[in-house]
Amino acid sequence: MSDTTERGIEADAPAGEQAKASWRFLKGHLREYGILFALIAIMAFFQVATGGILLRPVNLTNLILQNSYIIIMAVGMLLVIVAGHIDLSVGSVLGFIGALAAVMIVNWDMHYLLAGILCLAAGALIGAAQGFWVAYFRIPSFIVTLAGMLVFKGLTLWLLAGQSVGPFPREFQLISSGFIADPFGMDGFNLLSLLIGIAVATILAGLAIRNRQAQARTGAPSEPFAFFAAKTALIFFGIIWMSWLMADFRGLPNVFIVMALLIAIYSFITSRTTIGRRIYAIGGNEKAASLSGINAQRLTFLTFANMGMLAALAGLVFAARLNTATPKAGATFELDVIAAVFIGGASMAGGVGTVVGAVIGAFIMGVMNNGMSILGIGIDYQQVIKGLVLLAAVIFDVMNKKKG
Amino acid sequence: MPTILEMRDITKEFPGVKALDRVNLSVERGEIHALVGENGAGKSTLMKVLSGVYPHGSYEGEIAFDGAPQSFRTIRDSEAMGIAIIHQELALVPLLSVAENIFLGNERASGGIIDWRETEARAAELLDRVGLKENPKTPVGDLGLGKQQLVEIAKALSKDVRLLILDEPTSSLNEQDSEKLLALLTEFRRQGVTSILISHKLNEISRVADTITVLRDGSTVARLDCKDGISEDDIIRDMVGRSLDDRYPPRDPEISDQVALEVSNWTVHHPIDAERIVVRDVSFHVKKGEVVGIAGLMGAGRTELAMSLFGRSYGRDISGSAKINGQPADLSSVRSAINAGLAYATEDRKTYGLVLDDTIRRNISMAKLDAVADGIVLNRARETEVAERYRKRLNIKSSSIEQETVNLSGGNQQKVVLSKWLFADPDILILDEPTRGIDVGAKFEIYTVIRDLAKQGKAIVVISSEMPELLGITDRLYVMNEGRFVGEMPTNEASQEKIMARIIKSGEPAT
Repeated sequence: MSDTTERGIEADAPAGEQAKASWRFLKGHLREYGILFALIAIMAFFQVATGGILLRPVNLTNLILQNSYIIIMAVGMLLVIVAGHIDLSVGSVLGFIGALAAVMIVNWDMHYLLAGILCLAAGALIGAAQGFWVAYFRIPSFIVTLAGMLVFKGLTLWLLAGQSVGPFPREFQLISSGFIADPFGMDGFNLLSLLIGIAVATILAGLAIRNRQAQARTGAPSEPFAFFAAKTALIFFGIIWMSWLMADFRGLPNVFIVMALLIAIYSFITSRTTIGRRIYAIGGNEKAASLSGINAQRLTFLTFANMGMLAALAGLVFAARLNTATPKAGATFELDVIAAVFIGGASMAGGVGTVVGAVIGAFIMGVMNNGMSILGIGIDYQQVIKGLVLLAAVIFDVMNKKKG
Repeated sequence: MPTILEMRDITKEFPGVKALDRVNLSVERGEIHALVGENGAGKSTLMKVLSGVYPHGSYEGEIAFDGAPQSFRTIRDSEAMGIAIIHQELALVPLLSVAENIFLGNERASGGIIDWRETEARAAELLDRVGLKENPKTPVGDLGLGKQQLVEIAKALSKDVRLLILDEPTSSLNEQDSEKLLALLTEFRRQGVTSILISHKLNEISRVADTITVLRDGSTVARLDCKDGISEDDIIRDMVGRSLDDRYPPRDPEISDQVALEVSNWTVHHPIDAERIVVRDVSFHVKKGEVVGIAGLMGAGRTELAMSLFGRSYGRDISGSAKINGQPADLSSVRSAINAGLAYATEDRKTYGLVLDDTIRRNISMAKLDAVADGIVLNRARETEVAERYRKRLNIKSSSIEQETVNLSGGNQQKVVLSKWLFADPDILILDEPTRGIDVGAKFEIYTVIRDLAKQGKAIVVISSEMPELLGITDRLYVMNEGRFVGEMPTNEASQEKIMARIIKSGEPAT
């Protein structure tokens, strides 16, 4: 065992050393960058294959709207899977909450805001009820949520009496179909959206730079400089470009703002707070975590409650998008959500995975769905291809880990 | 007698450690050959080389079995030659029956269809041979540990074993079951089966063994013929080989009069079988600056005692009281136990101590995460600083604090666990087998840490199955057996014989 206690490779080290360090770093972090490269490659492929349709403003906006509810749920599912569990009920819960909202708003004429809040509370309650059995009675989450899946599928049917209920009032629909208002009033261009994009990109880049400076002060920056610069620039210009494209259509969709906020908040929670760290510890080794004073039961419980609430939010978004609640809503969505999280690098055993990874995983699935539909590939082939991509991503993960 | 097994100049290296250095082992046909040595002397490694767990080519040296050179690549190869190992941790499937376990992987079947009548008849025969009176249909999980061991032996016999290796077979057995097992071994000797017995219990060895090979620090230091009349002292001298003083850091205890932890009438029931009492009416205390040892055999209830104290992590129907620094302490959850100033470093660091896939940094901060956070937001700089400090202080050999603990050696993993608890800054630290499975150098470093902590006024409880260790580093000793405390003595008046005498005497009236 060599005792390499040097503080990493300094920036002014010889070029050969730097190149070697970069190579080592890339090998060590293949997974994290690999998934991002994979998304870019897939987008580039479909951009070419569809003759530029994929990234047309209208299609890009559509892509985000179509996948918003999957992404919202993937954020919650990531926490559940990191904690070492799974939630199969989210699709049914999404459908159930949509039905509940329809009954309250359409049948009972309840104000849509009050109904929305009640629906989120109901979702959290459903998640908590399932988490209760998983956390405090150690009933396997697979079983509890499989039961939940059946129960809420049934309750959706019962609530809607087998019918579709709709339409929703216009204000409610705006959750999914609205765009942020533009105070500048430019014709055909939503300037505020672009400005928001530029602001967000600048803040993200600023945070990344500050973070790196802090790292440099306390010890080794983990990433070689070239990587850091390339990644930060890519994200910076990527966001500005995307917001330009969308500004050119109708601006940023409301649901995009909601999504972006969720991603930012949950990224922060998972990577920078004690709560997040503890959830990873539980997933990594629950016994060791418990014996270190971490309340594994309560955190598991909260993770499920949180999942239920996000599934409810996704349910509202989905119902607003369809402008009706149907008994079939949400069927098999749980599989797309779970696939997104695993493509994003989470481990079945728990303790591994990132929010951003899960979101990228969801986008990979979404871009493939969208691209293949534009190309007119049949749903039969689409399913096969998506299945194989999921398998390939996980095989890549496992092989990569074995080598390391 | 002709030689059945000859291992010559076996050298086995792990990264950074030479586990075996030109070890020789020569076993004669039909004898009971004892292999002794301290933990970490290389006994288990040698047996893994022999059985093919470490395949031919991963070590140097030669193995000859039955006069022919052997190069085992897998366990199956050695089994095919009639070599069977029975490990400390039994490899039985608790839900399957005795007969099914005996023929697991070796089913009495024709064309894939199991012949149950033959299976059971053969199993009954084998059970008879090992002297176990049980129905072959009984699930193995329903049997006690002693009987399960016999099932393992029956399983080995079913494969026409010619060399039977038993790794600490009696360490978890009570006196009676141990007796039975030893009688069985002498019976096998009469039938011509050769056995290698790995054991720490020198009284058993000097009674049944024909020849003894002593390992120390990865080398063969002696081969003793028991016909010459060997005493336990002779064996110990060869095992230890040097005076105890060198293996333990010198210390002059500064024990305060203040009692840090006082436990009274602590009783714990088994978590599943509530009728069973695992810890019975135990009372003890530790003073500030004192190192107290708890001696006992495996299964005496020491770990259960410690874990039940530490936030009721073990057992049910716990009764008794605990005072910390004279005040009644709330030990109802791990969190409150930590807050009350108690810490417990587990005996099983991989299962209970570490998040193996996490880095050294994340493991060290785990028990006191709030101290490296502002509110709920982690302060990465402070966390890094803490981890670096402990890495230096405990000399954790690693590439950086960002190394995953799964890749560390046992000694360094143990140091990470210790770092975690040192960072939590407890008043009382319970260390459960703190040096299990780690090399001599790392042991010394851990002893030094323990000594320094005591000097700072911490109260330390060390649970250990290695009596020399307890005698070397503690100030006072408690002896535990079958859930009860059966003796207490100042360490300078204690000896291995005295401790064993307490254990054995306490066992007599109870059984």
